[in-house]
Amino acid sequence: MSEISHDDRQASAPAWGRVRRSRRLADRTLKIVCTVFTALGASVLGWILLMLLYEGGTALSLDVFTHVTPGPGTEGGGIANAIVGSLILTMLGIVVATPIGVLAGTYLAEYGKGSKLAEVIRFVNDVLLAAPSILIGLFVYTFMVPPLGGYSGWAGGVALAIIAIPVIVRTTEDMLRLVPGSLREAGAALGAPMSTVIVHVSWRAARAGMVTGILLATARIAGETAPLLFTALNNNFWFKPNLMGGVSNLPVMIYQFALAPYENWRSLAWAGALIITLSILALSVVARLLLKKDHAR
Amino acid sequence: MTSIAVTASNAIGNAAAADIHAPIRISVRNLNFFYGDFRSLKDISLDFCDRQVTALIGPSGCGKSTLLRTFNRIYSLYPEQRAQGEILLDGQNILSPSVDVNELRARVGMVFQKPTPFPMSIYDNISFGIRLYEKLSKADLDNRIEEALRKAALWDEVKDKLRQSGMGLSGGQQQRLCIARTIAQRPEVILLDEPTSALDPISTGKIEELIEQLRSEFTIVIVTHNMQQAARISQFTAFMYLGELVEFGPTNKMFMTPNKKQTQDYITGRFG
Repeated sequence: MSEISHDDRQASAPAWGRVRRSRRLADRTLKIVCTVFTALGASVLGWILLMLLYEGGTALSLDVFTHVTPGPGTEGGGIANAIVGSLILTMLGIVVATPIGVLAGTYLAEYGKGSKLAEVIRFVNDVLLAAPSILIGLFVYTFMVPPLGGYSGWAGGVALAIIAIPVIVRTTEDMLRLVPGSLREAGAALGAPMSTVIVHVSWRAARAGMVTGILLATARIAGETAPLLFTALNNNFWFKPNLMGGVSNLPVMIYQFALAPYENWRSLAWAGALIITLSILALSVVARLLLKKDHAR
Repeated sequence: MTSIAVTASNAIGNAAAADIHAPIRISVRNLNFFYGDFRSLKDISLDFCDRQVTALIGPSGCGKSTLLRTFNRIYSLYPEQRAQGEILLDGQNILSPSVDVNELRARVGMVFQKPTPFPMSIYDNISFGIRLYEKLSKADLDNRIEEALRKAALWDEVKDKLRQSGMGLSGGQQQRLCIARTIAQRPEVILLDEPTSALDPISTGKIEELIEQLRSEFTIVIVTHNMQQAARISQFTAFMYLGELVEFGPTNKMFMTPNKKQTQDYITGRFG
């Protein structure tokens, strides 16, 4: 190893200064580029939100919540049927998806350690997570809509459930994996069978995260349009309690009304968009608070 | 084992001298342990006496925790781990497949290195273990929980907040909660896996006092990295190295006049 002599260092001093300057320049450039693009992304989002708040805000009125969707060429009207329909479809979807998602996620995290089957399920779940939702709509259409004799709320609920399941499976597994193994050992060391350890220790420890996952899945399906186009479709009347036949819902209502030539329809579409966005925002905030509260404990 | 002369006074620690006439509670015979293909315990044979504290010492990786984890078969949570040989608890081989592992664990309690309170109230943390095997009335359950917390020297600190989460306690309190949870089940043996290595000196002192008190009721096996701790609290010490039992005897003897040079070197800090 040759040592750098004092003279060498002296000679290279100006070069070091140049390196320092160019590094500082690179640092600053990267910081500026990142900031600019962040601002660009955020401003687009801000623009959408502001526009939504303005247009949706002016369209909101008590009628929106109390009247059903108006027929073509009629005045006024509301979207009460779409709001109720959306609530019912989303709830149906989440009620079907939660037990399946939670139990499958539990299998992956607690029983499937190192098993080939678990690996395959995890992979398929990831594929399903990224599947275009219109495919899921088509899939449910083929096996539910013609056999049941037409569009139905049931088909819509099932399509939404299929979209929610992979989200819940994934978050459940991730949250259970965060539970330290020592806690499971401690449960087992007291003589608790594995089922008791899972239900009373693992689930309990991961509870906030699992509920958050379910809330996020709810937010995800609340705004889904494509799977409902082929299944629940829409209708312009009050929801019928049997869920057979089309069920009106916000996303498809927005899709149809936004393209309509009637001023009051377009304004109702804005109102619906605002309501969906605010509900999803509320769900996300609640989910975040839940997680935060859990970490603070 | 009985041939070893035991001095009445204890020059090293404060622990009571070993009672070499105590009946044997656990008998390990030719125990081998495997992690996959790796043999981590080699033909271990030794006896643990009733109502005595036995310390397992040795450098990291010597197999002391592995040995401890065979006594309640907690290793069997991991399919690649297996034990061969015999471990007799009151004469019954607990490694036999016919032994129900959950019932075994109710008889052989365990406390871990890191405190592991469950994410539930202090009360529920303790009732969890009791409820698994006993159906008690509310009043009886309350009594058992108070008794366990008193024995674990935690009652005075938590009696007004039994409904609060066990996670809100300090590290030392959490560890005493875990001990309370274990003794509430009234086990015969208590296994302690480096129970104070995550705690500050004051909490450590409290746990050590507690162990000394629990000795009158339970057979205790403790794994420790801290040789002073072994000297302070145990009656018997087993020194392990590379999966083998190097030397076993009354703690006094092990620390004053060990038979093997290896033991001497480890205890005086020359290696490990």
